[in-house]
Amino acid sequence: MNRLSRLFSEKDRDVLNIYFTAGYPALDSTVPIIRSLAEAGADLIEVGMPYSDPMADGETIQQSGMRALENGMTLRVLFEQLTEARRHTDVPLVMMGYYNQVMQYGPKRFVEAARAAGVDGLILPDLPAFEYQRDFKQLVEDAGLEVTFLVTPQTTDDRIRQIAESSSGFIYVVSSASITGGSSQISDKQRAYFDRIAALDLPNPKLIGFGISDAETFRTACEYFNGAIIGSAFIRALGKDEDRVEETTQSFVRGILEPTLSTTKR
Amino acid sequence: MIQTKIDERGYYGRFGGAYIPEMLHANVEELRRTYLTMMADPEFQREFDLLLKDYVGRPSPLYYADRLSKHYGAKIYLKREDLNHTGAHKINNTIGQILLAQRLGKKRIIAETGAGQHGVATATVCALKGLQCIVYMGEVDIERQAPNVARMRMLGAEVRPARSGSRTLKDATNEAIRDWIANPEDTHYIIGSVVGPHPYPDMVARFQAIISEETKWQLQEKLGRDYPDAIVACVGGGSNAAGAYYHYLNDERVRLIAVEAAGLGVDSGESAATSQLGTEGIIHGSRTLLMQTEDGQIVEPYSISAGLDYPGIGPLHAFLIDSERAEAISVTDDDALAAALFVARQEGIIPALETAHAFAALDQMKYGPEDVIVVCLSGRGDKDLAAFSAYLDSDSLD
Repeated sequence: MNRLSRLFSEKDRDVLNIYFTAGYPALDSTVPIIRSLAEAGADLIEVGMPYSDPMADGETIQQSGMRALENGMTLRVLFEQLTEARRHTDVPLVMMGYYNQVMQYGPKRFVEAARAAGVDGLILPDLPAFEYQRDFKQLVEDAGLEVTFLVTPQTTDDRIRQIAESSSGFIYVVSSASITGGSSQISDKQRAYFDRIAALDLPNPKLIGFGISDAETFRTACEYFNGAIIGSAFIRALGKDEDRVEETTQSFVRGILEPTLSTTKR
Repeated sequence: MIQTKIDERGYYGRFGGAYIPEMLHANVEELRRTYLTMMADPEFQREFDLLLKDYVGRPSPLYYADRLSKHYGAKIYLKREDLNHTGAHKINNTIGQILLAQRLGKKRIIAETGAGQHGVATATVCALKGLQCIVYMGEVDIERQAPNVARMRMLGAEVRPARSGSRTLKDATNEAIRDWIANPEDTHYIIGSVVGPHPYPDMVARFQAIISEETKWQLQEKLGRDYPDAIVACVGGGSNAAGAYYHYLNDERVRLIAVEAAGLGVDSGESAATSQLGTEGIIHGSRTLLMQTEDGQIVEPYSISAGLDYPGIGPLHAFLIDSERAEAISVTDDDALAAALFVARQEGIIPALETAHAFAALDQMKYGPEDVIVVCLSGRGDKDLAAFSAYLDSDSLD
């Protein structure tokens, strides 16, 4: 069973998904970050493939990506690092990047390398549904990978249903129409949007991302769906003390989880 | 006969499409659903035509360049887009898109710009229609195109510097896309070239198609035949070329010449000659030819011309070049500068640096004395006087 499916079958609430950019702050940070995240209690890890032109990401993630590329990160290096990380942990790993990266690597070769490295899922925000169905769906299904699609406040109910049908992976609920690293408060308007998605009663697990930055926003997000994704806030934390990646990672995750654990025991 | 119309998903052959994150889907989908209907509306047509005539100053002349013709040994006609209001072809598109934005009820306009011509053309139509205007421009371009920055500010636009990456057109485009993601409801993004996700390449090409529409009847009037033997246009993203080719795309009597910027030389590592250096991939939402590494990282291009300094080309051009319908020629910085000086002194016309590349291509082309060649004179060179002055003062002329 895919580690993602297993995770959601065993745990349907308070799922903590942490995003980081592979190769930041240093080329060899990937394995220690994954290990520390898993040890500290992250349920799911999203590994960003650094990209020169990350259309859907904010400045924090773009800057970390530029640094990672300067550090020499490539997909070949990243697959080696993920293979190594997989020897140490069973935490579900999802790769996030842009379709051009997959296209240049070769879709089939990419999917095979991801599976061999112990990757469980993919997020490619600029891969359109039609092209996914035509060029990619069979490949990822054969490899046992799950693909996650994004939905936003502008996504119509019909389209959300189509997205849910085209993939068994978790749905990435973009918390507001904004790029990553934005606002830290969840507004009434956002709550209304979450209610609308909840009312669709989709079978897929749902995680909220964008604008989730601390224990409080994580807790609020978890009231609505299965969990939440934190990215830019973690990247910023890593940037504050680049020499102590493991300690920073552990204390960041504890800072999110400990208050949550104490308040969600109802 | 090759098929140069896009299919329903926005592909020219295998180039095009809309590779965009979900955050942009609603806006792009709204445009895709409505642009053809809105453009076909008689009231839209009336307003568009009237503004092109009385505000832009169309039709732009098709001028027989006597001295250039004698020099090159062919009949050379210049399509004078430099005489449009704001000094370039860019305004054909911004007039069209501002009318669409109004019909969509948008209150805020964003744009990217390289040379600043599209930024000025956008700031102009926003002033005309009383809409807020924000133009993203690479920091490097802000420096080398100072006169256009001043014009945009004069027109009430806010010029926001793009500080990421190479700090040129590609990065300005990324910033504009981000702005649109953050402001999906009240904002329309006026893309300045035939790039970006479907329907932009087709929509912009249709607005620029006025160039070849006029060329047809102007040639008919002058020569009694409505087509040339060749059309020469510079290609960054490729909007003036798309407009100059548009009504001849399926007329194989007409050679289509796409002129790219070679920068310091195609193999110098400092170039923007996408058709030679590029491979198939995705840039700014479109599947096309682009300059990239093996790993799909987009490469920073280089050209002295801020309008050609772009690592991709529009999907229409990728299709035309790939199917050998169009021929690509690349021109270095030095050859473009020399051509600008030559045209200025032969015809009394100072072309934009972008356009100067198209003129320089005449040296590389083969043609006979009776051949009719239309050069799309896409813009005037006032904005490039600093570069021209430096060239005049340099040793290159010795």
